[in-house]
Amino acid sequence: MEPLFHNVRELVERAEKENKLISEIMIEQEIMITDRPREEVMKQMDRNLTVMEEAVEKGLKGVHSVSGLTGGDAVLLQKYMESGNSLSGDLLLDAVSKAVATNEVNAAMGTICATPTAGSAGVVPGTLFAVQNKLNPTREQMIRYLFTAGAFGFVVANNASISGAAGGCQAEVGSAAAMAAAAIVEMAGGTPQQSSEAFAITMKNMLGLVCDPVAGLVEVPCVKRNAMGAANSVVAADMALAGVTSRIPCDEVISAMYEIGQSMPSALRETAKGGLAATPTGKWLEAKIFGGAVVGSGQ
Amino acid sequence: MKFKSVFDIIGPVMIGPSSSHTAGAARIGRVARDLFGRQPKWAKIHLYGSFAETYKGHSTDVAIVGGLLDYDTFDERIKTSFEEAQKVGMEFEFIPETGHVEHPNTARIVLGDDQAEMSLMGISIGGGKIEITELNGFPLRLSGEHPAILVVHDDRSGCIANVANCLYKYDINIGHMEVSRKEKGRMALMVIEVDQNVDKEVMDELAELPNITQVTRIAD
Repeated sequence: MEPLFHNVRELVERAEKENKLISEIMIEQEIMITDRPREEVMKQMDRNLTVMEEAVEKGLKGVHSVSGLTGGDAVLLQKYMESGNSLSGDLLLDAVSKAVATNEVNAAMGTICATPTAGSAGVVPGTLFAVQNKLNPTREQMIRYLFTAGAFGFVVANNASISGAAGGCQAEVGSAAAMAAAAIVEMAGGTPQQSSEAFAITMKNMLGLVCDPVAGLVEVPCVKRNAMGAANSVVAADMALAGVTSRIPCDEVISAMYEIGQSMPSALRETAKGGLAATPTGKWLEAKIFGGAVVGSGQ
Repeated sequence: MKFKSVFDIIGPVMIGPSSSHTAGAARIGRVARDLFGRQPKWAKIHLYGSFAETYKGHSTDVAIVGGLLDYDTFDERIKTSFEEAQKVGMEFEFIPETGHVEHPNTARIVLGDDQAEMSLMGISIGGGKIEITELNGFPLRLSGEHPAILVVHDDRSGCIANVANCLYKYDINIGHMEVSRKEKGRMALMVIEVDQNVDKEVMDELAELPNITQVTRIAD
């Protein structure tokens, strides 16, 4: 069965023509493709939202991974916010800390909802639960946030990639951040076109991001990349809502991301052979965690 | 379109840390177990590409073993699957390979028990989605997300029509179908993705058709 949209242009055009939200187009497509009632589709997303809530909650209490490489930073960020001295502002830091919370839970082998992947699972919920305090959405609007993010992710997954091994971190955290930006715009009352601008602006600024996990773990730099992805999406959403547009159309940005991923050496695509994983400290940590020859002086 | 559902993007709910290396790996293991039809006694798991490089860090190993024990991606027992495998008496071995494969996240699982042996190649294509690309040497494309029937048969005319007719009789709609054979006139394999789960009654009737060697199914 043919989907209702193949790219962002078709998605936005359909939403505008039918005077519907992007989330609605995604819901309608899901009903059509899977032949399930609306209620069931909404319920499944509701369950995913609950998993996200629980992961953030758990992370904010403080979790630590088995390797000891990550954990506890979400707590530090929340405490810092409470001090009232933060420079970047509460909403941004809240998004960052909740993105970190989710990914710390992921690194600790906790239960998360992949959005679009586990390594990038922090950005969409992190931003959602931060803007929630500002926009006071209904439960349905929160569920719709996930459908809007999903609609854009659907385009990326089918036209490019959402896998770090295939396309680098730009495909994972880059896609997650861009998806979140588009969803924030819809929740804040922006137009479908503005969602697309926010997506393009975010994605453009995540292009080229390599996947270089230290010791092959989804920890360093993944957790902090989720933090920066969340920050990126909040700023891009604000830019789009202010009327700023992307000179390069959304679908062309996605194609560029794909092309960049294709030409990226495999050492920088989740093999833990290049980038931060190949630094003296990165190798030292790997040897410390998994045994083997300790190379370099380390920390 | 490789990704059909929004829940391929927002989901799956899973045990961390990696959708392609943990959740996808668990699904490859589980499909292997499904196709084998029972708990295997042993498994040799060959890992390629990024799977081979990073499987310990991503818990790909515990996830595949979890899948072989029939655990879903969100089953917390994945974390202790090695101990659980010991309890049910399944031996396993991981073999990181250096050879070239088409997809960076590839696993070949050879498993069996006293009665049978099976070999399966699976790839994890991102976000927890997988494809089975080879079964006992037959190339195929199977997502593992729809109910599917696999029919091993002799390469004779009428076989496919008989199977299709039988499914039609029970009002089972075919979503995707592939036929492959190793050599003309010899053993062949039909892979049929269907819209709903197939009852045992239908399976039995398919198995009784002429020139059919084996019929297995993957439930949704």
